[in-house]
Amino acid sequence: MILSVRGVSKWFGEAPARTDALRDISFNVDHNEMLYIVGPSGSGKTTLLSVISGILRPNAGTVLVEDKDIWRFDADSLADFRLHTLGFVSQDYHLFPRLTTLENIAVPLILRRVPWEEGLNKARQVLEIVELKDKAELTPNRLSGGEQQRVAIARAIVAEPDLLILDEPTASLDGDTGRRIVAFVRQQILNERRAIIVVTHDDRIYEYASRIIHMEDGRIIERPQSAP
Amino acid sequence: MSGLLKLALKLLLGDRGKFLTLVIGITFAVFLMMLMTSMFFGIIQHSAANIINTGARIWVMDPDVQTPQNSIPMPDYVLDVVRSIPGVEYAVPLYVGAGLVRLDDGTYQAATVIGLDDATLFGRPALLAGRTLDIYRNNAFFVVSDANYAKLGSPKLGTTFEINDHRGIVAGIARVSIGSLFGLPTLYTTYGRATQDLPSTRYVMSFILAQPKSAADIPAIKRAVARLGYRALTDAEFTTRNDRFYEFQTAMGTNILIMTLISFIVGLSIAGETFYMFVLDNLERFGALKAIGARSSELVTMILYQSLVVSFLGFGFGMLLASALVAFGKLRIPNYAATITYQNILMALGMVLLISGISAYIGIRRILRIDPFVVFRS
Repeated sequence: MILSVRGVSKWFGEAPARTDALRDISFNVDHNEMLYIVGPSGSGKTTLLSVISGILRPNAGTVLVEDKDIWRFDADSLADFRLHTLGFVSQDYHLFPRLTTLENIAVPLILRRVPWEEGLNKARQVLEIVELKDKAELTPNRLSGGEQQRVAIARAIVAEPDLLILDEPTASLDGDTGRRIVAFVRQQILNERRAIIVVTHDDRIYEYASRIIHMEDGRIIERPQSAP
Repeated sequence: MSGLLKLALKLLLGDRGKFLTLVIGITFAVFLMMLMTSMFFGIIQHSAANIINTGARIWVMDPDVQTPQNSIPMPDYVLDVVRSIPGVEYAVPLYVGAGLVRLDDGTYQAATVIGLDDATLFGRPALLAGRTLDIYRNNAFFVVSDANYAKLGSPKLGTTFEINDHRGIVAGIARVSIGSLFGLPTLYTTYGRATQDLPSTRYVMSFILAQPKSAADIPAIKRAVARLGYRALTDAEFTTRNDRFYEFQTAMGTNILIMTLISFIVGLSIAGETFYMFVLDNLERFGALKAIGARSSELVTMILYQSLVVSFLGFGFGMLLASALVAFGKLRIPNYAATITYQNILMALGMVLLISGISAYIGIRRILRIDPFVVFRS
C-alpha cells in the first residue's frame, strides 16, 4: 500500500459560517493502482488531492504515504516529500510562461539539484515519451491546451515520483486526445512501485481506472470498487 | 551557476519590461547618489587642497584652527621649540594668507598667498614653466595654473603685477594636484617675502610643517607640542578635521546629505515598488515551485539572487553614467569639484545593497506566505 488516508476532514471558516469540504474521508491506494476520484463540482475532490499532496493541511485525520504521516513533517520535509515522492498535475497546469517546454519539464530536476544540462537531457527523453519532441524550445503560450497538458504531465513524471496525482487531466482536451493521454499515462507511468490518482468528471476515461471512488458533499458515497 | 539560480535568472529576464524598469530605477538612484556624494567628496577634497598639495607629515597650529584657510598666527619661538623636539627631523614655517593683486586694467583680484620656508621651499609646487630657484629673485612669485588662473589675466613668465602695493613678478607657472575650492588664484613665494610684503598681525607664522624621524615619534611630538599650548596633527588628522568642519559646521554637509537621502529614497521607491510588482506578478510561479517541492529557503535564495543581479547591474550602469558625467564635467568646467573616490563608490554600493535588501525583504515576506493551495484553486 502506497497511500492510506484515514479519517480526513477539512473545513473552511468557523461556525456558523463553516464549510465542510471533506468529512471523515478514508481510503487506501496500492502500488500499481490507478485510482479515480469522481464526483460533481464542489464535492471536495481537489481539496482532497491538495491534502494528499501536502499543500493543504487537514483539520483532522492522517495521510500516510509509505507508512509515513506526511502532516507530521516539518515544512522542509513536506517540501522534500512533494519533490521526491509526488508528481502533481493541476487543472491549470501552472507552467512557467518564460521557460521553454524543455526547461518547464526540467524544473523538478533542477530543484533536486540535478545540473542544468543533465536536467534538460532527462527532460528531452520525457518529451519524447509525451510526443512533443519538436516543441522542445517553444514557450507554453505557443502550445495548444493538449500540448500544455502533456508538458505538465511530463513535468510531473520527469523525476519518477512514486505517486502521481492528476487533477482533471482531460478537462481541456477533446475526447480522443484525453483518452490517448490517460492511456499513455496508464501504460507508460504505472508500474509495480508506483500509483496514480486521477480526479475527473470525464466518464470517457473511466475504462482506464483500476478503481473508482465517488465523492459528494465532502464524503465518499461508495466504497471503492473495481472499475468496469 | 547552480540550476536554481539559473532558473531564478530566467524568470527574471523573461519579464523584460519589469527587468528593465528595475535596472533603470536602480541605475537612476546610483547615478544620483554618485553625483551627490562625488560632489560632496570633491568639495571636501578641494577644501583640503593646501594640506594635500603641501605634503607635510605633521602640521603644528593653534588649537582653534579648523581648516588650512583659517589659520591663527603663532609666535616664532614655537618653531624653535618644535625643531628641538627629539623626534622631529626638521620643521619649517608656512605662511598662508590673502593678498590683493592689482591687474593691468586697474581692477583688483584677491589671491591666496602661500609663503614657503626660504631655506628649503618645503611644500613647493611642481613647475610648468620657470625654474625653482627663480623664486629667490626680487619680488618673485609662482602662479598656480588652475581654474582661477585666468582671474589674474593668465600671466606669463616675467609678467609684473602689484600685490598689496608691492611689485610682483611671475617667476614660474606652477601646477598643483588639487585646485582651490574658494575661487581665488594661488600665488607661491618665499616665507620671508610673504611676511614682509603682506600686512599682518603681530605674529605671522600660520603653520609649522614638521617631519618626524619615524612614525613612532609622532605621539611624543604631539604631546610636546600640546605642552606648548598648540596642536600637532598628522596630515590625515588635519584633513579629517577640515572635513568635519565642512560636514558639520557649515550647511554644505547637511544639504548634500539631504540630497543624497532623497536620491536614495527615489531609488528605493522605484526599485522597491517594481520589484514588489515583479514578485506579485510571479506569485503563481513561486506558488507552483512551492507545490512542486521548492523549500522556502530556496525561494528566498532565488529572490535574493534576482534582487542582487538587478542591483549590481543598476550599480554598474549608474557608476558608468556618473563617472562619464563627472569626467565630462571636469573636461568642460574647470571649477567642477566632483571627485569619485573609493568611499563614495562603497557608499553607493552599500545604499544599493540596502535598496535591494529592502526590496527583496518585501518580496520574500509575500513569497513565504503563499499558499500553493490558493494558487491552484485560483
